[in-house]
Amino acid sequence: MERSLTSARIQQRIGFSLLGLVTFATVLPVLLIIGFIIVKGAPAISWEFLTAMPRNGMRDGGILPAIIGTFYLTLGTAIFSVPLGIAAAIYISEYAPDNFLTRLIRIAIINLAGIPSVVYGLFGLGLFVLFLRLGTSILAASLTLSIMTLPVIISTAEEALRSVPQAFRTVSISLGATRWQTIWRIVLPQAMPGIITGIILGLERAAGETAPILFTGAAFFLPRLPQSPFDATMALPYHIFVISTSVPGMPIQIQYGTVLVLLVFVLGMNLIATLIRQRARARRQW
Amino acid sequence: MVNPMEKIRIEHLSIRYSDGTESLRDICLSIPANQITVLFGPAGGGKSTLLRALNRLNDLADVQEVSGQILFNGVNILDPGVNVVNLRRKIGMVFSRPVVLPLSIYQNVSYGLELMGERRKSKLDEAVERALRRAALWDEVYDRLKDPASAISGGQQQRLCLARVLALEPEVILLDEPTSALDPVSTARIEGLMQEIKEQYTIVWVPHNVQQAARMADYAAFFLQGELVEHGPGETLFVKPRDQRTQDYVTGRFG
Amino acid sequence: MENTSQRSEWVINLLIKVSGYSSILFVTLILIFLLREGLPALGVTPLSNLFGDRWYPIESYFGILPLLFGSLVVTLGALLIAIPFGIGTSVFISEIAPPWVNSVVKPLIEILAGLPSVVLGFLGIQVAAPLFREAFNLPTGLSAFTGAVLLALIATPTIVSITEDALNTVPPAYRQAALALGATKWQTIWGVTVPAARSGILTAIMLGIGRSIGETMAVMMVTGNAPVLPHGLNALVMPVRTMTATIASEMGEVANGSPHYQVLFFIGIVLFVISLGINIAASWVSLRSKTRAERVLS
Ligand SMILES: Nc1ncnc2c1ncn2[C@@H]1O[C@H](COP(=O)(O)OP(=O)(O)O)[C@@H](O)[C@H]1O
Ligand SMILES: [Mg+2]
Repeated sequence: MERSLTSARIQQRIGFSLLGLVTFATVLPVLLIIGFIIVKGAPAISWEFLTAMPRNGMRDGGILPAIIGTFYLTLGTAIFSVPLGIAAAIYISEYAPDNFLTRLIRIAIINLAGIPSVVYGLFGLGLFVLFLRLGTSILAASLTLSIMTLPVIISTAEEALRSVPQAFRTVSISLGATRWQTIWRIVLPQAMPGIITGIILGLERAAGETAPILFTGAAFFLPRLPQSPFDATMALPYHIFVISTSVPGMPIQIQYGTVLVLLVFVLGMNLIATLIRQRARARRQW
Repeated sequence: MVNPMEKIRIEHLSIRYSDGTESLRDICLSIPANQITVLFGPAGGGKSTLLRALNRLNDLADVQEVSGQILFNGVNILDPGVNVVNLRRKIGMVFSRPVVLPLSIYQNVSYGLELMGERRKSKLDEAVERALRRAALWDEVYDRLKDPASAISGGQQQRLCLARVLALEPEVILLDEPTSALDPVSTARIEGLMQEIKEQYTIVWVPHNVQQAARMADYAAFFLQGELVEHGPGETLFVKPRDQRTQDYVTGRFG
Repeated sequence: MENTSQRSEWVINLLIKVSGYSSILFVTLILIFLLREGLPALGVTPLSNLFGDRWYPIESYFGILPLLFGSLVVTLGALLIAIPFGIGTSVFISEIAPPWVNSVVKPLIEILAGLPSVVLGFLGIQVAAPLFREAFNLPTGLSAFTGAVLLALIATPTIVSITEDALNTVPPAYRQAALALGATKWQTIWGVTVPAARSGILTAIMLGIGRSIGETMAVMMVTGNAPVLPHGLNALVMPVRTMTATIASEMGEVANGSPHYQVLFFIGIVLFVISLGINIAASWVSLRSKTRAERVLS
């Protein structure tokens, strides 16, 4: 008895250490990746790099059009996906009856989340670029990215709405509020931090995507900044793809610098989302 | 013939939930105006279900079937055409747990009025002060109306919930075990308060024990497993119950 | 006043309802447009060609088998790495690690989930491929293996977050019962907790598969772009080409409506059907085990 107990303890100690190692091996690449990109990319960063147009076949100058393009695409995605996503989440959490159609909506959302990003690209090409004749444009790319982002926003917003105590709704209704008044005045404000977190996480993903914009709005190189939503645009992720695979003699430092800029953009959003979530948790009154 | 003293008349009311529970069976009861009517009995008797029926809060619950009538000022409030928003303003509700809205003290009281479209600051200020005074809370909170309502004590929160209802100038106030989560001092306060204001309202109170039922009742109704066993003026019902089951419950033999 | 506010509320409620149904609309639209552009491939390109083993569009060979094979190889390779690491990490952070470890590990996993795949692809080209070529003495580092390693990094956060959720929903009483019977924590984890969470873990693995098959940029950049059916066991260290990479790299150069264009959309249909199948299966598995949380009226 005494013996088997100790051997079980030894087994446990070995097992725990092993899993600790596995966990370490899983997160170590993340640290290495971030550190490596910062070290290799930082020397490229300068005011000119961030604010100048590319020169000499992109081998020189800055990456301004790619930065601006990613900003436009993210903004365009937000314009479509945020109101639609929040409204859809409100429907599912506050209105939807428990029936077949509602289950169908859930299945649809799950599937939207699972569709490969390049298939979104095909869809955007078929519907927005060709059928609706929007051309290869910021608008077509933003719409494509919006639909891809929608499931992320809907599911996080729904979770945030559901976490608001039911009692608040009951009380509000009992004071003569309509369903919408209750949502607008009580439920939404309480769920807002969670909803914003979800929006940022969704947009973070959209900002880093390449495949959905390949045939819907991304341009290899443009000599000037886009002038309207109907223009194509350069974008950071596609630019990284281009300069790392299709431009011979591309200085390595510019490549790492561009990657670093995208990383800061994306991880910055991630950080903001985390801060909002923590602050809201600390402040919550229920 | 409508009894002039009658505020609400319940006729043959039956309510069944979707899971099959028949929580009220053929209830007939008349609720007198300007008095406290106490609905009492062991848990699961259907008292909360009845209260929620009176201001149509059951619309939010999983109710499968409602039959019968509830006449309020002569109108059947179960009628699908009834304006439930107006109804809930006239028939307010205080719940067993003091649930304050995640707003300031002031906003909790002004909430119902703002829903009605009242935006004038002076009107709102006036109404908030009046309601808080009537709920005997003004003196304790007048200097921190902007604080979150969750910052005050449980007893104060429950009076805030009452003030919130009073601000709407209701005709009927429903209270579902309003003191079950409170200490004895806060409980006594709320009881006293309701005695003071009952003449201007019609009050339906579900007490959380028989002692409170006997203390508060002008009129009383005893519910057992969805059935209204007996009802009558408080002084007779608690002293000389007609039904053996009421007798047993009142004397503490079960429940 | 009451009237206009009633009317605007009616409009708002309608908008919300329409938005609620929008997801169904979008899935339907995606399917319609894939079918519209891709189904004609079946009429134009003979089936024997379409399901043949040669992909050489310039000479009108549209055999998608090499591409299917490419997707399968990298996905399998990725799972072989991501499942043990993902599940091991989940068990460690949800059952064993002290809170301070979690406060480091969890954000790192989240960062990994947020890394754009083009960034991983870039590092694959710059760092991983040369490294693997040297280390294993290969003709090229741009191979299925490098793709699988990157995909493993991409699939791991998905597997970790869903597995962790599944482990967290195992009632504490299960663990306490096992511990009370004298089992060690280690024995409890593998004898009680993990088996109790198995349907959630299965869901995690399935969604990990979905994530891997659908991933585009990273695999396109590092797998060497060779749409050939390899022979023998060394397939893993040879260059391959996945379905997703094929669409991404060739769609830009085809004429709209040409057979090549249609076949690329046809591959899109195949990907759509695969992801549909995986996701429906995954939600079926997880729904079956979930107890519906009751929302009670106070
Ligand atoms: N939302 C609901 N869904 C289903 N059954 C309910 C619900 N609310 C109450 N019930 C059932 O109805 C019966 C009466 O409950 P209730 O009205 O709460 O009684 P009381 O307030 O007298 O304790 C009980 O059997 C209870 O389980
Ligand atoms: Mg009750």
